[in-house]
Amino acid sequence: MKHTLSLLVENKPGVLARIAGLFSRRGYNIESLAVNTTESPELSRITLVVEGDEKVLEQITKQLYKLIVVLKVNDFTDVPVVERELALIRVNSDSSNRRAIIDLVEIFRANIVDVSEKDLIIEITGDSEKIDAFEKNLEPYGIKEMVRTGKIVMARGMRLNNR
Amino acid sequence: MEMTVAQAIIKFLQDVGVEVIFGYPGGAVIGFYDALHDSSIKHILVRHEQCAAHAADGYARSSGKVGVCVATSGPGATNLVTGIATAFMDSSPIIAITGQVRTSVLGKDSFQEADITGITMPITKHNYLIKDPEKVLTIFKEAFYIATTGRKGPVLIDIPADIFMSKIKYEYPSEVNLPGYKPTYEPHPLQIKKAINLINSSERPVILAGGGIISSDASEELIKFAEKIDAPVVTTLMGKGSIPEEHMLYCGFIGMHGAAYANFTINNSDLIIAIGVRFSDRSTGRVDTFAPNAKIIHIDIDPAEIGKNVEPYIPIVADAKIALKRLINEVEEKKNPIWWERIKEWKEKYPLKYKNQEDVIKPQYVVEKIYKITKGSAIVVTEVGQNQMWSAQFYKVKYPRQFITSGGLGTMGFGLPAAIGAQVANPDKLVIDIAGDGSIQMNIQELATAVTYKLPIKIFILNNSCLGMVRQWQELFYKKRYSCTIFDVAPDFVKLAEAYGAYGRKVEKPEDVEDAINWALEKKDAPVIVDFRVVREENVFPMVPAGGSIDKMMID
Repeated sequence: MKHTLSLLVENKPGVLARIAGLFSRRGYNIESLAVNTTESPELSRITLVVEGDEKVLEQITKQLYKLIVVLKVNDFTDVPVVERELALIRVNSDSSNRRAIIDLVEIFRANIVDVSEKDLIIEITGDSEKIDAFEKNLEPYGIKEMVRTGKIVMARGMRLNNR
Repeated sequence: MEMTVAQAIIKFLQDVGVEVIFGYPGGAVIGFYDALHDSSIKHILVRHEQCAAHAADGYARSSGKVGVCVATSGPGATNLVTGIATAFMDSSPIIAITGQVRTSVLGKDSFQEADITGITMPITKHNYLIKDPEKVLTIFKEAFYIATTGRKGPVLIDIPADIFMSKIKYEYPSEVNLPGYKPTYEPHPLQIKKAINLINSSERPVILAGGGIISSDASEELIKFAEKIDAPVVTTLMGKGSIPEEHMLYCGFIGMHGAAYANFTINNSDLIIAIGVRFSDRSTGRVDTFAPNAKIIHIDIDPAEIGKNVEPYIPIVADAKIALKRLINEVEEKKNPIWWERIKEWKEKYPLKYKNQEDVIKPQYVVEKIYKITKGSAIVVTEVGQNQMWSAQFYKVKYPRQFITSGGLGTMGFGLPAAIGAQVANPDKLVIDIAGDGSIQMNIQELATAVTYKLPIKIFILNNSCLGMVRQWQELFYKKRYSCTIFDVAPDFVKLAEAYGAYGRKVEKPEDVEDAINWALEKKDAPVIVDFRVVREENVFPMVPAGGSIDKMMID
C-alpha cells in the first residue's frame, strides 16, 4: 500500500540523508519526494510517498521520530487531503497538430509555457491521477521529456493525523 | 575570554566533568592535542582508534559516565566505526570527536578525508559536522545532552582542522534547545493502572530485565518490585547484573545460550513484565512461539522498541526507574507458590552444567574457578563467542555494570580495549577480560596501552586454537566441515605478553588452573595474560538453534 508521509524537519544539511537512510536500510524505495522551507525558515516540510507494509512503515515512523532533526510526522494515507504535483512536459508538435494539443491543454487546465517549431512545453498541476491522464493523452504526439515534482499534500479542514 | 576552538572544547570538557579521553592523534587533530597538552584531562593513548571507541565504551558502561574518544580525519575516523556501532547497539553513551580536513578543501577527496558524518549516520544517536566556530559550544552541549538522556547512545562531532584554530569567546551554554528531541520519562498513569491490574491478577508472572535497568540505574527498584510481587527475574545478556545472581528470585538469562530454566520460565509464564529490553532475536528465538500464553507489559524509554519485535499487551514508554517506582507504589503484594514450584523443578532438572574432565582443561571450569577465586566481585569484560557465553553462564555477578560485553553488535576484539576503559574508570577494582584466542588477536596491540598506563588487567584466554562458536555451528549444522575456523598457527601468548612488557603464563593441566589465576591476581603493576589451553571441541549448551523456539533447546 502506498503511504504519504509529511514530515516537519529542521532546515539543516544532512537531514534528507538521515531520513532517506531509514527507508533505504530496509530496501524501501521512496517513490515521490518534495522538500522546501515552510512558513518558518528554520523548518522544512518533506512530503514523501513510499510503498510498503503497514508494520514496517509504523516502525519507520517511530524511527523518524527518533531523529533529532524530525519534529513531526503525519501519515496522510487515510486522511482527506489536497494533493498536488507539477509537471513540465515537452511534447512533439508542429502546425499540423498544434490545435489538437491546445484543446487538450484547455480541457486539463494546463498551460503552454514555451513554443518552438517542433515542440511545446506544457505545465500542468494537479493530483497524480490527473497528471497521469494528461500524460496518456499526450502520448500519441510523442513526449520528448517530462519532469515531475514530488507530491505535496495538505490536510483538508485541518484534520491532522498527528501521531 | 577569547581562545581557540580547541581550547574552548577542552575547557568545556572540563566544565562537564570529563576526566579522561581515549584517543590517537593525527594531522587534523593536532590543534586539539596541542590544547589538551596544557589541560588536566588525562589522555589514554591507544594503539588503534577502534580501541579508543571501545575503551570509551568500556569506561562508560563500567562507570555510568560518558566516555570520550578522539581520532583524526579519514582513517582515524573510519577506524572508530566498529567501536561506535558497538556502543550504538548497546545504548552506551560515548562522544566521538573526529578531526576533519580544512573547510576550504572539504569534499574534494583531500588527503585523509572521509565523510564520517555520512558514514556514521545510521550508527550514532546523532552526529554533527561543525562549520561555524560560533556553534561549537552549543553543539558540544547538545551532544552530551543527547548521548546521556533518553535511550543513551553515541554522538559524533566532526571538526575541520581550521575550525579548531578559530578564535571564539568561551561562554558555557546553559541550555539546550532541541525541539525534535523530548524523551518521555514519566509513564502514562492510565497505562500504569492497566499494568497493575494485570500484574495483580497474574498467576505466573516473570520479570524480564534488560540493559535499560542498568543504564537507568534502576537495579534497586527492580529488586524491590520483584520481591513485592514474588516474581522470578530473568534477564537478557545486557541485563546481567541488574539483580545479584545469588538472589532468590534470579532465574538466569534467557536466549540462545541462556539457562534452560530461564527459557522455560519465560515461555511458560502468563505475564512478562519486560523492562528496558528490546526483545532481540538472540533473546526471543522464534518470535511466534515465544511465550505463547503470556501477555506482555513492555516498559522502555524508546518508543520505537515497543511493538518492534513482539506485540505488547500494555506498552509503557518511560524511564525504567521511574516506571518501577510507580509500579512498586501501586501493586499489591503477592505470592506465587505454585508457579515457584514449577520453576524450582526446572532449576533442579536443568542446571547450567558441563562435564568436567581430569586430563584436559574445560573452558567452563576455568570460568568457574575465576568466579570462585574472585568471589564474584571482579568486573568481567568479555570478548565475543564461546568465551562470552561461558562467562555469562558461569560468572555470577553481584551488581550492575560488573559484566561488560558486546551484546548487540557482537564485536570480537571488544574485550581488551573495553577492559582498559573499565580499569581506567575503576582503578581500584579487579578487571578481568575473559577472551578467546580468536578475539584477543583482533586487538592484541592494546597490550601496549595497558602496559603504558600500568593497568593490571587480567586477560584469561580460553585458548581452543579455533574460532569456537563458528566451529560449534559447523559441527552441529554443517556436518563438521570446519571451513576456516581452525587456527593452525598461533602466537606464543606468553612470549607475546612479555614482549609487550606484560606478564604471561601458559596453563595446560586442570590442576594448574587455580594456581595460575592466583598468580595473575597478584600482579598489580602490569597486565597479565594467562593462556589456558582448553579442549578444542567443547560446545556451549544449552543452545537454541538460530530461528528456533527458545523452549526447544539442545541441552547437551
